[in-house]
Amino acid sequence: MSLLSVENLTVAYGAITALRNVSLVVDTKEIVTLIGANGAGKTTLLRTLSGLLQPSIGTIHFNGENLSGKSPHLIVRSGISCAPEGRGIFPNLSVEDNLELGAFIRKDSKGIQKDKDFAFTLFPILKERRRQWAGTLSGGEQQMLTISRALMARPKLLLLDEPSLGLAPQVMKQIFSVIQSINAEGTTILLVEQNANMALHIAHRAYVLETGRIVLTDKAQALLNHPDVKKAYLGT
Amino acid sequence: MVKKEIYLFGTVIAILMFSQWIISKTLNPYLFMILMYCGINIILGVSLNIINGLTGQFSIGHAGFMAIGGYVSAAFSFYFFAPWISAMGLPFWLQTVGAHFFFLISLFLGGLTAAGFGYVVGLPSLHLRGDYLGIVTLGFGEIIRVLILNLDVIGGARGFTGIPSWSNFFWVYFFVVCVVLLSFRLVRSYHGRALLAIRENEIAAEAMGINITAYKVKAFMLSSFFAGIAGGLFAHYIGYLNPSSFTFIKSFEAIVIVVLGGMGSISGAVLAALITTILPEALRPLQEVTRLDFRMVIYPLLLLTLMLTRPQGILGTKEIGDVLPFLKRKSR
Repeated sequence: MSLLSVENLTVAYGAITALRNVSLVVDTKEIVTLIGANGAGKTTLLRTLSGLLQPSIGTIHFNGENLSGKSPHLIVRSGISCAPEGRGIFPNLSVEDNLELGAFIRKDSKGIQKDKDFAFTLFPILKERRRQWAGTLSGGEQQMLTISRALMARPKLLLLDEPSLGLAPQVMKQIFSVIQSINAEGTTILLVEQNANMALHIAHRAYVLETGRIVLTDKAQALLNHPDVKKAYLGT
Repeated sequence: MVKKEIYLFGTVIAILMFSQWIISKTLNPYLFMILMYCGINIILGVSLNIINGLTGQFSIGHAGFMAIGGYVSAAFSFYFFAPWISAMGLPFWLQTVGAHFFFLISLFLGGLTAAGFGYVVGLPSLHLRGDYLGIVTLGFGEIIRVLILNLDVIGGARGFTGIPSWSNFFWVYFFVVCVVLLSFRLVRSYHGRALLAIRENEIAAEAMGINITAYKVKAFMLSSFFAGIAGGLFAHYIGYLNPSSFTFIKSFEAIVIVVLGGMGSISGAVLAALITTILPEALRPLQEVTRLDFRMVIYPLLLLTLMLTRPQGILGTKEIGDVLPFLKRKSR
């Protein structure tokens, strides 16, 4: 059985429908990527999965549990953790406090310490800056912090919203390789990206979202060679 | 660790009792009044800081909670505790002990009632953000005032007279120490960090698994509780309450303290409470020189200048220990 299964999801902002009849599945230990242009509904889908938006139609099943109508703080407790777009960090708190807040739902201080050290090995720069206010970090470092913080909840499923947004190519490469190693440690990842090239290279499977509908789905490798995807998203 | 804190608490109580004794012997009533108002305003400022500064919600109904605490505790003292004490025909020293004991109880009753109202107001309105919450709390403060104005048992518009004068230096500063220590402990705690996260980024806080409404309501209740205590201390100090003491101007005084000290800074709120209480009094001699009341012209001008030069408040989000490192305890 799949870890996450979304069926016939329709989400609307008032009169405007952002997602129509979206169905997707994510299996355990996969990296699944969702690619699409601006306004395709990628972030809407992630926000719905985290409980920030309520679907008008459709169901979300996670780990055998129905998530529809659950509030965001309870969804985190069932094992979905989200690294929001635009680096939703806590700017006037230290890097360390940000990480500890990521582990808010956990009480095992030893495990938390261990995971904090793990985050510091993933991104050594965060260790150097751990006493600094998160707001003083550079964009790339803030992105690293967002991902590490989401990991601190020890999620079964990690949602990543545009981790490459506004990053220098070097930093982007670093972050994508960390995403792969997080996945290798056993965390399932749903990656939402505009940078289709990067995302398809690290993902196992992919969905293409266009104006609120899923138009294509296949193995990531296959999509890399798909003529329509090439033309629309890869620019080759 | 816990033992150390019991010792610390014991020392504080001993110091307060000793100061109480010295002060009652030496200070003239005018200076004593300023000292009492300083303490009451510190409690108001530091408690409002919990909701406005630490949790980042904008409440302008603090005077309402202060009024509830003041009137409830005054009513209990006036209608029940004071008559009980005199009816029991105790020796004088036992009467004093009884007064202190019942004073503490009526303060708590006032504080708890205020916290209860905090729950009732907070639960539906803390879903609102920013300005909307401000409007709701402002409205609430006025409702309370008008309600009191029309309640004859507690004096209505004439005011509530004959409240026993049980407040003294010891109790005021005992609660000052309580609210300040509690705030400092809160900021460094698990729950305090949740409040700070809500202030920083509500959506991200929710995504961390923080039940933001529950935390906001709790912070609001804690803040209201101490506002109620401040009201009780105030009532039993001057022995007279009037609804006009609790207009929204009183709420704004508390907000001025929080903003002036720096949103979220506990020591800043203490400092600002001292400044806003002492400054208008310190400017009083000016009145005799100029023969005109320039006091309330100069005082706001000073506040304006301060806000223009330091918009983040005196201490910003820092604490006094960050600015003056020698005040910081070495072992942490």
